[in-house]
Amino acid sequence: MIQNQHNFHNKRHYVDWWLLSLIVLLMCYGLLVLYSAGGWVLVKQQMIRMALGIVAMLFLAQLKPEKLSGIAPWLYIITVMLLIAVLIFGYESKGAQRWLKIGIRFQPSELAKLTIPLVLAWFYRYRVLPPDFKSILISIVMLLMPVVLIYKQPDLGTSIMVGVSGIFVLFLAGLSWKYIVSGIATVATAAPILWHYSLSAYQKRRVMTFLNPENDSLGSSWNIIQSKIAIGSGGLFGKGWQNGSQTQLDFLPEHSTDFILSVLAEEFGLIGVVILLLIYLAIIFRGLYIAFQAKDTFNRLFAGALTLTFFVYVFINAGMISGLLPVVGVPLPLVSYGGTSILTIMASLGMIMSVYNHRKLLKS
Amino acid sequence: MNHGNKQIKNAQIETRIFNNRIFYSVIIVIIAISIIIFRFFYLQVIQHETLLFNSEKNRIKTTSLPPARGFIYDRNGKLLVDNLPTYRLQFIPEKVLDLKTKLDELKPLVKLDDNDIETLLLQVENNPAFKPIIVKPKLTETELSSFIVRKHTFSGFDAIPYLIRHYKYTNILAHIVGYVGRINDADNKRLDKNRYMGTEYTGKRGLEKYHEKSLHGQPGTLIVESNAQGRVLKSIEQISPVSGNDITLTIDIDLQKTAYQALGELTGSVIAIDPKNGEILAMVSKPGFDPNDFVNGISQVKYSSLINSIEKPLFNRSIKGGYEPGSTIKPYIALAGLYNNIIGINYKMFSKGYFQLPNKDRKYHDWKEGGHGNINITQSLAQSVNTFYYDLAIKLGIDRIHDFLIHFKFGELSNIEILGEMRGLLPSRKWKKDKKGTIWYPGETVITGIGQGYFVNTPIQLATSLSILANKGLFVQPHLIKKDEIIEKQIFLDIEEQYWSTIHQGMIDVVHSAKGSARAIRNPNYLIAGKSGTSQVYGKKEEDVYNKNIETPKHLRNHALFISFAPANDPKIAVVVVAEHGSSGSGTAAPIAGIVIEKYLSDILKMNQPGNK
Repeated sequence: MIQNQHNFHNKRHYVDWWLLSLIVLLMCYGLLVLYSAGGWVLVKQQMIRMALGIVAMLFLAQLKPEKLSGIAPWLYIITVMLLIAVLIFGYESKGAQRWLKIGIRFQPSELAKLTIPLVLAWFYRYRVLPPDFKSILISIVMLLMPVVLIYKQPDLGTSIMVGVSGIFVLFLAGLSWKYIVSGIATVATAAPILWHYSLSAYQKRRVMTFLNPENDSLGSSWNIIQSKIAIGSGGLFGKGWQNGSQTQLDFLPEHSTDFILSVLAEEFGLIGVVILLLIYLAIIFRGLYIAFQAKDTFNRLFAGALTLTFFVYVFINAGMISGLLPVVGVPLPLVSYGGTSILTIMASLGMIMSVYNHRKLLKS
Repeated sequence: MNHGNKQIKNAQIETRIFNNRIFYSVIIVIIAISIIIFRFFYLQVIQHETLLFNSEKNRIKTTSLPPARGFIYDRNGKLLVDNLPTYRLQFIPEKVLDLKTKLDELKPLVKLDDNDIETLLLQVENNPAFKPIIVKPKLTETELSSFIVRKHTFSGFDAIPYLIRHYKYTNILAHIVGYVGRINDADNKRLDKNRYMGTEYTGKRGLEKYHEKSLHGQPGTLIVESNAQGRVLKSIEQISPVSGNDITLTIDIDLQKTAYQALGELTGSVIAIDPKNGEILAMVSKPGFDPNDFVNGISQVKYSSLINSIEKPLFNRSIKGGYEPGSTIKPYIALAGLYNNIIGINYKMFSKGYFQLPNKDRKYHDWKEGGHGNINITQSLAQSVNTFYYDLAIKLGIDRIHDFLIHFKFGELSNIEILGEMRGLLPSRKWKKDKKGTIWYPGETVITGIGQGYFVNTPIQLATSLSILANKGLFVQPHLIKKDEIIEKQIFLDIEEQYWSTIHQGMIDVVHSAKGSARAIRNPNYLIAGKSGTSQVYGKKEEDVYNKNIETPKHLRNHALFISFAPANDPKIAVVVVAEHGSSGSGTAAPIAGIVIEKYLSDILKMNQPGNK
């Protein structure tokens, strides 16, 4: 119905300038905060990764979505095999096996964040929507395999993100509300059972910390208490750039990575937080708009699912550092320091952009 | 419904469903972002003040800087007590992983034995885990360096620098200065928390306790910004501590040393006082102890050896030891006789060797068998004639004796600047009725005349009375801390000068006359006025008292007393000697007083060489 998009020049450039400028704006904002939290050394490394990320994004933006659709099943199989390999040969860091060494250190779980929406979108591309029970079952099995493998590493945060990205495909595919409600009910009943039989001690501790952070202020809840102090002490306008005492005096842990939003909140206040959230909102709405305009089911589903996953990143990170959600180790997209997450997110944004570049044009 | 079943797919329915889901997504996103914004609003606006306070509490640490305790000097400016920089080795139990192993590893480095380790492990059980426990209060230089080199392997252990109280003179001065010790729970209740923040020691005994307020000083505060690891980044505000006041004693440490040594093997007390201004020049209680042992807590072994010693080294005889004045009371009794006009200055009586109350069988003996013959007042003092005083006491009666002696502060506290002084006892009819419930008997008056019976004095009381006597009635508060002004107090208005000089002459004759009991200590350079006495130690059999052939076991021998002042015509020093179980006042105690007087006066003479004789 919206057919007045005569942006032929865009076809030539294959760039969504809206998305690109929002991303660059976000990156600059992020670097400003990172400089305060971690200094020039981290900023330099982060800039290199961001540059690589932009290159990867622009490269993926040029690919025709059909090509992605073609390799999706193979990518899925490779991802699952790599995840199995991680459990067998993986190399341990901070109590979790997440890394594979193939020339460079490599985290297959990050790859899963991209392949799951891709393969499920591929799975539903010719199916009748809304999906019937059988196809739901098949897609759930396809989803659970990598989710369980990642959870086993153990990496609760990533397995949640991967699971959520798959569920978004189903949601966008028109999964009936009946299933959605019963699914939520199942998770609610399964949670206590998982708690007893499946969560490791440190995962349990994290959840307990979330439920009752004031219980031991020097133990595992230290992080969340200090983060809340950092956020709250920032007030409306913040303590000023590089003036956040919680950050600068090391009371705030992980202040360059997972807790970088606390730094921002401390130094730039609520105003700074709202500005950041508005930039995210703009990116998310742009992504949803692209999905809305996509030319077919495959494009719609994975552009929409990737956008919503991006949103979930923001929501979980902001929720966990402010004490709304348990600390599960989800970075703030494009602001947290860390190479893998930037590349994954930029790749997903590149794919979204590719959908935009190959959207329906004057389609009947 | 299988793959490729394109025909059944309805593009319009699917688009509608999809658009519908995008619409829901937008709503969900908006709701979720609103929740986040509200959460941040809650923390950053509603909770802002509380959390800002917490963040400041994180950032700013206040430590108190303990003041340095004041030094103690002697009258000539010699340093007696100071603070030495030293290191102690301590650990925080909760920061040590394997305490037993670590302590074993420390053993060769800082010389610990298994007993020490056992005690430490016991302490750990009874202490909160965050409170440091001291392994060794004073590290030697070798111990310190060998620990510092390996410090990285002992996490939770640290060598902490601090100032330790140091007593340069141990035994001879212990009873005067006392000591400081670690603040315990009882001290905590007593002491002002604000003034003692960061302070670990407080005065426990002697002047250290009495002058705690002045010696302690005022603590300072240091407000710093520190990071999460506790490293101080910058100081925000510093209020420097104010050191405690130094104290200058009236004690002459050289004289103190002389007095302590003069007692030789004997236990007892020597007090030297300048009667004109009340300054105590020396105050010895022998044996003493080492106050340094108490600063960081004395070991159980050392403490029980002090407590169980029959010589009672912790007992301050100068202010707590109760002794009969014995014959040293005689000058006062004679003066009482003159004052009350019972006798005149030319009064004489005949000593036949014993005294009897009318209609009583009991004989009160002279120390000399057969008596001393015709005796005047000065002779009665020089030869210490008991019968003269039995008779005089009866003539005076107990009431007049009591009412006269009270002006010489017998039975009163001296109010010296050390706590724990014992109040002596000046007996009276009323006292006996109140305490014993019986009437006063004349026989008791008889022995009161020679300072026996219920009479009890501490050496400091004897010194106070002696000063008044030497000053011819002028009382000056005896004290240990140098003062700029002296509070003088005339106690008698109407004792005639000739009475005083008669008594003084009698005391001079004790030392300088041919028959004087203490003539051994006479000295051509100046006149000494003195009086010996013996303080009875009970337990001997009556008949043995005068039997000189029996060697009395040491612990049953009488205490030897001597009071003296010199130069007699212009007293600069008054000395009281109590030599426990010294038997003879003139034989044992007098020479000790002689040494002390000679030391002091010769030092003064040396100082005023050209001019005075």
